[in-house]
Amino acid sequence: MLDSLLTPFHYDYMLRAIFVSGLIGCVCGFLSCFITLKGWSLMGDALSHAVVPGVAIAYLLGLPFAAGAFATGLLAAAGMGFVKAKTPLREDAVIGVVFTAFLALGLLLISLKPSGVALQTILLGNILGISDFDIVQIIGVAVGALLVLGLKWRDLLLVSFDPHQARTLGLNVAGLHFVLLALLSATVVAALQAVGAVLVVAMLVTPGATAYLLTDRFGKMITLAMTIGAGTSLVGAYASYFFNGATGGCIVTLQTLLFLAVFYAAPKHGWRAQRAPQAGRPAHQAERPPRFLPNGGAPDATR
Amino acid sequence: MTKAARPSAEPLPPAAANGSTASAAGAGTLLDLSVEDITVCYPNGHEALRDTSFRLEGGTICALVGVNGSGKSTLFRAIMGFVRPASGRVRIAGRSVQSALKANLIAYVPQSEEVDWSFPVSVWDVVLMGRYGYMNFLRIPRARDREIAEESLRRVGMLEFRERQIGELSGGQKKRVFLARALAQRSRVILLDEPFTGVDVQTETAIIGLLRELCAAGHLILVSTHNLGAVPEFCDSVVLVNRTVLAAGPTAEVFTQDNLVRAFGGVLRHFKFDESTVQKHDEKAVTLLTDDERPLVFGKGGHLEYSHRAGKENVIAERAEEEGDR
Repeated sequence: MLDSLLTPFHYDYMLRAIFVSGLIGCVCGFLSCFITLKGWSLMGDALSHAVVPGVAIAYLLGLPFAAGAFATGLLAAAGMGFVKAKTPLREDAVIGVVFTAFLALGLLLISLKPSGVALQTILLGNILGISDFDIVQIIGVAVGALLVLGLKWRDLLLVSFDPHQARTLGLNVAGLHFVLLALLSATVVAALQAVGAVLVVAMLVTPGATAYLLTDRFGKMITLAMTIGAGTSLVGAYASYFFNGATGGCIVTLQTLLFLAVFYAAPKHGWRAQRAPQAGRPAHQAERPPRFLPNGGAPDATR
Repeated sequence: MTKAARPSAEPLPPAAANGSTASAAGAGTLLDLSVEDITVCYPNGHEALRDTSFRLEGGTICALVGVNGSGKSTLFRAIMGFVRPASGRVRIAGRSVQSALKANLIAYVPQSEEVDWSFPVSVWDVVLMGRYGYMNFLRIPRARDREIAEESLRRVGMLEFRERQIGELSGGQKKRVFLARALAQRSRVILLDEPFTGVDVQTETAIIGLLRELCAAGHLILVSTHNLGAVPEFCDSVVLVNRTVLAAGPTAEVFTQDNLVRAFGGVLRHFKFDESTVQKHDEKAVTLLTDDERPLVFGKGGHLEYSHRAGKENVIAERAEEEGDR
């Protein structure tokens, strides 16, 4: 029994897959906090599909896939921004139009030269068969993204929470917005290998959404989301050995199960706690605000 | 004590300013805000403001008054550099807006509707955001930042709520937290957008008291409001806008019935005592109640009436003199 549970660790490809998945899960978890709070879930989904033509072109030309995917990801984001600025269309309609256009182009490119690219690899990922060069690319992207997030998360937090305040403090709001978008594209590229284009969005939303239900502090939310992302990815990649190699499916299913558990049992924002507001939850807004008299307690003369 | 600075519709040369405001501000330089002939157009071609000019000095609480869509928010955005005027310019203490923002000269207290109250940040996090401009690249608060944040929270009476998530506060408490953030920023120009919406009367009084203190310390405070009755109670000057500046100056001169009718058209409701059932035997024992906003009352001939006599002795004396002349 124990032997069969340890079998995955005997294989070099499994160890690599587990390590790379964990790293990707960690980065995606960090970024998912911003995605969920900024309302960019649909954007994440769109970008993850919009990178497909980039990957296809990169494979056809023999370039590193990360470069191609990153380029088309940014192009799609710029395209959405441009169409949105020039038309009165709602944002979701613009995102819908642009990302399906990119995905269709990607599928066309793949069908033109079916031998060069495996469609299944792009859409569903293939972490078990990942090449050394791809691992290097992923580690580069992940470390870069973690570094930027680790150094600038407070600025990104302020821009997400209150862009007006960020501007009055002299922060470069447009620049930080672009940084977040670039991080999103880069992370999508990295996660593509692990879970595939179809499921990337789950990695970028579910850990953040789960952590949001567990805490009211952004710092804690980041730690929780990274732990959830890394943990589910490590275990999911390991478990995929027993599930015929469906790594993406395993990771995302685990994340979903965890989300459901938290959704039900979270101490404050969970379904159970919401149904019984008296149980252990502070009664918000019920208490009287304290007296606030900046002039030292003297009653105001004008009233 | 600083005297209220007089704003004027025409840009004045800086030399015309009185020196006492500058010394009260403590920084030695003259604090002024001048909006010089700005015209703002939005990308869809809509002209929100045209040839708008006024000038304010430190030690002033100025109300920005106008109907919805009159360009109040646009004017705020232009002063904070969020929109670039098609022509004209905004100068703050002689600097461009961008340089004033970098120097932490401007703080902004947003409308409650603009804030995402479900965001996972605490009262303490929000107040520390006011200190970002003073922090290093990593935005790690130092002892001094924490000290100032704590003092700011204490000043608005919210220190004991520092660990609360911001959505768990009442309307008045929310307002006070954002006011504390502006205090923590230590900016000499403070812009408040509709500070009294959704706020209980007690908090409103307290906020007004705090604004007066800041004004006395030489700050320049600009309040955008549609609460007309509150304006004569605490603002020493008024800028009336409707796509441009209709009038700007001391409250008693600008906040007149004629000007308000010009600014608001037929939007305002009237209660005229001489046309009402109020009769002679009621004399001055009439009580005015209003559900959400302070009433604005004009006396005979359209002069402003204040809700309390204390501090308005000169007004009473003036009226008594007029009475005697007759």
